[in-house]
Amino acid sequence: MKLVVDLNKCQSYGQCVFAAPAVFRMRGEEALEFDYTPDDSLRQQVERAAAACPVQAIMLGRSSERMALEQPSVGLTGNVRSSMKEQVTHEQ
Amino acid sequence: MSSSARFDGRIVIVGASLAGLYAAETLRDAGFQGQLTLIGDEPYPPYDRPPLSKAVLAGRIPASHTFLPQVRDIDAEWLLGVPASGLDIEQHIVLLGDGRHIPYDRLLIATGTRARTWPDAAQAALDGVCAIRTLDDSAYLRERLQTGPKHVLVIGAGFIGSEVASICRELGLAVTVVERSDAPMAGALGAAAGLATARMQRNHGVDLRCNVTVMALEGDEQGRLCRARLSDGDTLEVDVAVVALGAVRNVEWLANSGLAVDARGVVCDGACRVFDANGIVTDDIFVAGDVARWPHPLYDGQLLAVEHWGNALAQAKVAAHNMVCAPSERLPHRHIPTFWSHQFGFNIKSIGLPTLADEIVVTQGAVTERRFVAVYGQKGRVVAAVAVNMPRALEFYASLIENRAAFPPVLHAAYGPAVPNVIPAGFPAFGQPTHSEVAAATGPGPSSHMTNGVVPDFSKLPDPRIPFGPASL
Repeated sequence: MKLVVDLNKCQSYGQCVFAAPAVFRMRGEEALEFDYTPDDSLRQQVERAAAACPVQAIMLGRSSERMALEQPSVGLTGNVRSSMKEQVTHEQ
Repeated sequence: MSSSARFDGRIVIVGASLAGLYAAETLRDAGFQGQLTLIGDEPYPPYDRPPLSKAVLAGRIPASHTFLPQVRDIDAEWLLGVPASGLDIEQHIVLLGDGRHIPYDRLLIATGTRARTWPDAAQAALDGVCAIRTLDDSAYLRERLQTGPKHVLVIGAGFIGSEVASICRELGLAVTVVERSDAPMAGALGAAAGLATARMQRNHGVDLRCNVTVMALEGDEQGRLCRARLSDGDTLEVDVAVVALGAVRNVEWLANSGLAVDARGVVCDGACRVFDANGIVTDDIFVAGDVARWPHPLYDGQLLAVEHWGNALAQAKVAAHNMVCAPSERLPHRHIPTFWSHQFGFNIKSIGLPTLADEIVVTQGAVTERRFVAVYGQKGRVVAAVAVNMPRALEFYASLIENRAAFPPVLHAAYGPAVPNVIPAGFPAFGQPTHSEVAAATGPGPSSHMTNGVVPDFSKLPDPRIPFGPASL
């Protein structure tokens, strides 16, 4: 499953961390970090976390379209290169 | 629903990242049933950039765990891995880099920005020199950091550079950060607030050098980065250099399109409708996100250009709504810029436009406690606020900004300084940016102004290798 947290809305109440500690955690005292693609087995916890957020900052993926469900591997263009190398080539 | 017929023509969105994706969702939410096409230059579905300089670099989530969720079905055609190369507004055609012509009835421009490159092409091509903007950048840099480089160089101490340095220290790597202005994040938060963060960088073991530039990067015979020469006379043995010098707007494809566009962005009205080069608003072309220059009633006469996640999302939704609604139902984009950064264990959040400010005052908490809120004032009015490790306190300040409350504000906050200490905010004088600004008022619009018949070249940013003289606050 997929999710994203609007970290502007987030005020670090931490209810998500209680509800789904494998997905949401605090770095330092107030900085939320999360896994965008938790395992489907954690769906119930994630739903509870999204419902529990006092500022409703968690957006859950609910589409079943092919593009929405894709899990591309990174480095589709071959060896992973810095984008700056591509730009430099263009600018020369 | 008004009496006018629902629009069911073809909508093309150029840009398949945060703004493009959620604009598409908003179109469908609004009942749009026509053909929808998204065009993206990267070969990936939409993904989120913030974790690329944080959790992905630290190895806490894999790069492939950053794709954005689709909250609903959008039934769109996806053309990924191909850039737009031109726009014909008379024929209503988007030209793609592979030669294809994509016709549209209405168009949303959401092409965003890319990382600024190191100005010397040969040095930029050295193995170990990299940017941190795309998914591939992050995966590449993560690989390099995992090999345990001897010394990492971060060029530029804006938010991204500072976040990268923070992760390097978490990984136990030696890192030097070189910043041309007086303090980290001075461009976004001002030197006064930036100096508070300089202490936290050094407390975490970062070799932070302010008022210094990188003059040159040098490689060995195999073309691998091995050395950096600094303007303070020092030479560092480094094997990785992250170029974090800000962003450049992806507007080249719109050159000669007849739209009001230059290196500062694509100009639009309060409803996100794009102006043409004559200053006449179009009714079928819209813009959203980092690439937009947009008016805000709070910042009279100035167009804003911000590179914030929050603006991309909010503006995408407003633009999409306005693309398909009746004219009388159009909404204004009145978003107050908001921003956050996680670095060195700190949660930094800001609201408003600090870059306009001449003064700053701590209103809650204390810098020495490493928990505080500071408010920015311009000519005696509140324009912005920044909160360090006090995220729940910040929302209150939105109303001060919206109401242009008097500065310094009188709050009688229980947990704050007894006597307000107003000091200069420490932004560079207008026209002397340290690098491309992450959030700025960019002058009046809509069309580019000319001086003596010459349009200024806004794409010419100051050379990052040239140090400034010491600046006074």
